[in-house]
Amino acid sequence: MEVVTSIKPVLAISVSALAAVLILFTGEKRRNIRELWTLFASVIKFSIVLSMIPIVLEGKTIECTLVQLFPGVALQFRVDAFGLFFAILASALWIATSVYSIGYMRGLQAQAQTRFFFCFALALNGALGIAFASNLLTLFIFYEILTISTFPLVAHKETPEAISAGRKYLAYLLSGATLVFFSIGLTYHLTGTVDFVPGGFLQGHGSSSLLCLLFITFILGFGTKAALIPVHEWLPTAMVAPTPVSALLHAVAVVKAGVFCLLRVILYVFGPNLLSDLHFWLPLAYFVSFTILLSGMLALAQNNLKRRLAFSTINNLAIIILGGCLLSPSAITGGIFHIAAHGFMKITLFFAAGAIYVKTHKENISELDGIGRMMPVTLGAFAVGAMGIAGTPPIVGFISKWYLCLGSLEAKEILFLFVLLGSALLDIGYFAPIIYRSFFKRSQEQTGSSVSEASLFMLIPIIACAAISILLGIAPDAFVHFFKIAMLVAKSVL
Amino acid sequence: MIVTPLFSAFLIIIMGWFKKSLCYPLMIIALSVSTFSSFANLESVLSHGTLHYHLGNWQPPWGIEYVIDHLNAFVCVIVSGISLLIGISSKRMVEKEFPEKTVYFYCLFILQVTGLLGIVVTGDMFNLYVFLEIASLAGYTLIAIGEDGAPFASFNYMIYGTIGACFYLLGVGYLYIVTGSLNMADLSKILPSFHNSTVVLIAFAFFAVGVAVKMALFPLHVWLPDAYTYAPSSVSSLVAPLTTKVGAYVLIRVMYTVFSPSFSLQVIPAGTLLCWVAAVAVLFGCILALAQTDLKRMLTYVLIAEMGYIALGAGLGNRNGLTGALLHILNDALMMACLFLIIGAITYKGWPRKIDQLTGLHRKMPVTMAAFVISGLSVIGIPPTCGFFSKWYLVLGAIDAKQWVLAAVLLISSLLNAILFFRVIEKAYFKPVPEDSHGGQDKIMAIDEAPLSMLIPVLLLVGGILLLGILSGKIISKVIQFAIPASL
Repeated sequence: MEVVTSIKPVLAISVSALAAVLILFTGEKRRNIRELWTLFASVIKFSIVLSMIPIVLEGKTIECTLVQLFPGVALQFRVDAFGLFFAILASALWIATSVYSIGYMRGLQAQAQTRFFFCFALALNGALGIAFASNLLTLFIFYEILTISTFPLVAHKETPEAISAGRKYLAYLLSGATLVFFSIGLTYHLTGTVDFVPGGFLQGHGSSSLLCLLFITFILGFGTKAALIPVHEWLPTAMVAPTPVSALLHAVAVVKAGVFCLLRVILYVFGPNLLSDLHFWLPLAYFVSFTILLSGMLALAQNNLKRRLAFSTINNLAIIILGGCLLSPSAITGGIFHIAAHGFMKITLFFAAGAIYVKTHKENISELDGIGRMMPVTLGAFAVGAMGIAGTPPIVGFISKWYLCLGSLEAKEILFLFVLLGSALLDIGYFAPIIYRSFFKRSQEQTGSSVSEASLFMLIPIIACAAISILLGIAPDAFVHFFKIAMLVAKSVL
Repeated sequence: MIVTPLFSAFLIIIMGWFKKSLCYPLMIIALSVSTFSSFANLESVLSHGTLHYHLGNWQPPWGIEYVIDHLNAFVCVIVSGISLLIGISSKRMVEKEFPEKTVYFYCLFILQVTGLLGIVVTGDMFNLYVFLEIASLAGYTLIAIGEDGAPFASFNYMIYGTIGACFYLLGVGYLYIVTGSLNMADLSKILPSFHNSTVVLIAFAFFAVGVAVKMALFPLHVWLPDAYTYAPSSVSSLVAPLTTKVGAYVLIRVMYTVFSPSFSLQVIPAGTLLCWVAAVAVLFGCILALAQTDLKRMLTYVLIAEMGYIALGAGLGNRNGLTGALLHILNDALMMACLFLIIGAITYKGWPRKIDQLTGLHRKMPVTMAAFVISGLSVIGIPPTCGFFSKWYLVLGAIDAKQWVLAAVLLISSLLNAILFFRVIEKAYFKPVPEDSHGGQDKIMAIDEAPLSMLIPVLLLVGGILLLGILSGKIISKVIQFAIPASL
C-alpha cells in the first residue's frame, strides 16, 4: 500500500488543542471571541479532515511519525480508511455541536463556560488522536486524554448528583483503561510491536489460553467505554451532564471511540482469521447480542428522556460491535457505516431533548404531553431520528441495518438476524410513546397552540442533522463517501 | 561538582556574619555550578565513557575514587537540577516561615545537596557512608526547623536513620573483613569468589536493611510521614523527592554493581523478596494515603508507594523492570518535587492543608492548581505525562517475569492513586464556593497566585513532566540502557 507522508493528521488533531489554549486565555469576559475560537477550530478541523479523503479513497494511507517512544513503538499517526471514517464523523458533528452548545449554554446561563469549552475542545483532540493513531500505544495516549477531559464535563453542574456521576464515570473508565493498559503491555510482550495491521498481527504469537486472556481484557477494557452491559452503568448516570456533552461525547465521540477501539482490536490486532481459528468471535457475538436485547428492554423502563436515549445508545453501540465480530464483509460494512448513521440520528435526538429542556425545563417523558404542538420542528426532527434508529427507510438507519442483516446471513448465523430484528421492534417500542405523547396528547396546563421554538443557534443544528440523516439514507455516498470508505475498510481487513 | 556546594556551605556561614542578603545568591550560584557540571559530566560520559577521579592522587583500591558512569551521571543530573529549582523557590518560603534563621537554612540546604551528590558520585563504600551521614545530619536539622511536631519527628527520624546507617556501616565492615577492599569496582571483582560465604550473605542483608531504612521502604518507612509532614515546606520539597531517590540509587548500585546481578537474583532470592515487599509497600502506601485528611501527609504516603515502585522494578531483575525503576527515579523526583512545591505555595498563601478546606482554590490559584492536576495525573500514570512511561516499563517487566500478581498490584495502585488525586481535584474545582456575605463574588474570584519565584520552578517541573514522558525513548536509548548491567 502506498504511503504518503504528511503533517496533516497532526494538524487536524492539534488544532483543537490550540483552540483549547486560546479559549482558556480569552476567558469569560470576552465570551464572543471565546466562542469564535471554538467555531474556527471546528471548521478548520473538518476541512483538514476533508482534504484527506481523496488520498485515502485512492487506496493510499497518510503517515506522520513524531518521536520514537520505545523500541519498535513510535508516537505515530496513520490515516487509513477506518480512522478517516471516524474522524470525518467526529469533526463534522463538532461543528454542529459547537453552534448548538453556544445556544444551549447561554440559554441556561450555565456557570464555568470557559471550562466547558476548554474541555470540549480537548476531548475532540482526544477523539481525533484515537482515529489517526497508528498503534495501540498512541491510541491509548489519546484514549486517556479523552477520558480525563470528559470528566469535568460530566461533573459540570457541580451539584452533588453531577459530582457523583463524575466519580462513577472515572471509576468505570479508569478501571477499563487499566485493563487496556495491561492488554497493551501483554501484546507488546508477545509480539514486540503494537502497530495496527489490517487483518491483525497476533497470529502465531502466544498460546491460545494467553490469547484468550488478552482478548477478554481487551474487550472488557475498551468495552467499558463502549458501554457494553454489564459495564455500562456510567453512561445513563452521565446523562446529568449538559446536553451538548451527552450529544457529542456520549453519543458520538467517547462511546464511539470505545467502539472504534474495539473494532481496531477485533479487525487490526487479532484479525478475522485468528478470531475464527480460535472461535472467539461467536461467544463475543452472543455476549453483544445479550447487550443489544437487554438494553432495548431497559430503555422501555426509563422515564427520563435522556436516560432512555442513553440505553438506546448502548443498544446501537452493541449493534455496531456485532457487525464487527460477525466477520463477514457486509456485516463489517454495515457495522462501520452504522457508526456514522447512528451518530447523525442520535445527535438529532439529543439536540431535540436539549432544546426541550432549555425551553421548558422538562426532562421526563411523562411530562411531554402536547409538546409537539409547541415545538413542531424540534419534535419533527426527533421523529426522524427515532424512526431512523428503528430502521425505517428512507432514513440512514435502514441502510446500516440492511447490511447488518445481510451480514448475519453471510455468516450463516440466523440467530443474529432475529436479534437485529428484535432490537428494531424494541426501538419502536421505546420511541413510539414519546412521539405519540408529544403530538397526539393534549397538555394539561397549556391551552393555546402557540409555537415557541428554541433559539436559532439550537434549531439550525437540529434541522441540519435530521436533514443529513435523511440525505444519507437516500444517497449513502453523498458529500464525504461514508459508504465507500466503510466498504474499503471491510475489503482491507478480510 | 561536589566541592563547590561544600565550600560554599562554609562560605555562607561566614558571609552570614557580614551580610544576610548575600547568602541566597551565593547558594544559587553554587547550585547552578553543580547543575552545570553534572550536565557536563553526563555529556562527557555519553561521549567518552566512564570518568574516574582519584582523590588526593591515591590509586584505587587504596585511595578514594570517584567514578561517574551512566547510572550516577544520570542520577546526579536529577539531584542537582531539582535542588537548583527548589533552591530558587525556597527564598520566599524561608523568609516567611523563619526569617531569623535564613543563614543556617541556606548552609544546611547546601550541605544536604553536597551529601546527596557525594553519595551518588563516590566509588568507595566507606566514603559513601560518610556522605550518607552528611546528608542525613543536614536532613535531621533541616526538618527540626519546622512546625510544632517537627523536633520530635526529626528525633524519631534520627534514631531510625542512625540505625539504618549503622546497618550499612556493619555491612561495609563485613565486606572489608572478607575482601580487604572498600572500592566498589574492586569489590565487584573479588566478591564472585565468595558467593557462598555466610559473611558476605550477612553483609548483603545488612546493606539491604540499612538502605531500605534510608529509602523508606515498607516496613521501615515509619519515620517518613511525620518527618516530611512537619518539615518546613521548603525542606520537604527538597528532601522528599531527593533523599529517598538517592537511597534507591544506593540500593540499585549495591545490588547490581557491588554484588553481581547473578548473586542478588539467583544465589539468594533477594530480588524476589524485594519485589514482594515492594508490592506490599505500594498497596500499603496508597491505602494509608486514602485515610489522610492532610494533603501533605497524604503525599508522604504516596511517596512511600512510589518508592515501592522503584524497589519493585529493581527487584524484578530484568531489563524492562530495571529500566522502569531508573526512569521512575527521574519521573518520581520531578513529580514529588512539583507536588511538594505546590503544597508549599498553597500554604505560603495561607491556605490550610486539610483537603476538605480547599474549595474554590482553583479560582484563587489557577496556575498552581493546573500544575497540581498535571502532576497528579502523572502520579496516576495517565499518558502522555511521564508517570505513564515508567509504569509501562514496570508492568512490562512484571509481565516478562511472569509475575501476574505484581502486574496487578501496579495496575490497582494506579486506580488507588486516581481516587486520591481526584478527591483533591474534585474538592478544589467542583465544590461550589460558599458565598461570602461581605466581599461578594468578586472578592472570591480574585486571583491570588504564589510569587513568581515559586511559580517558575513549578512550571518548569510541570513542563518536564509533560515532555520527558514523550522523550523517554531518547533518554532510555542514550543513557539508561547503558546504566543497566549487560548481563540482564
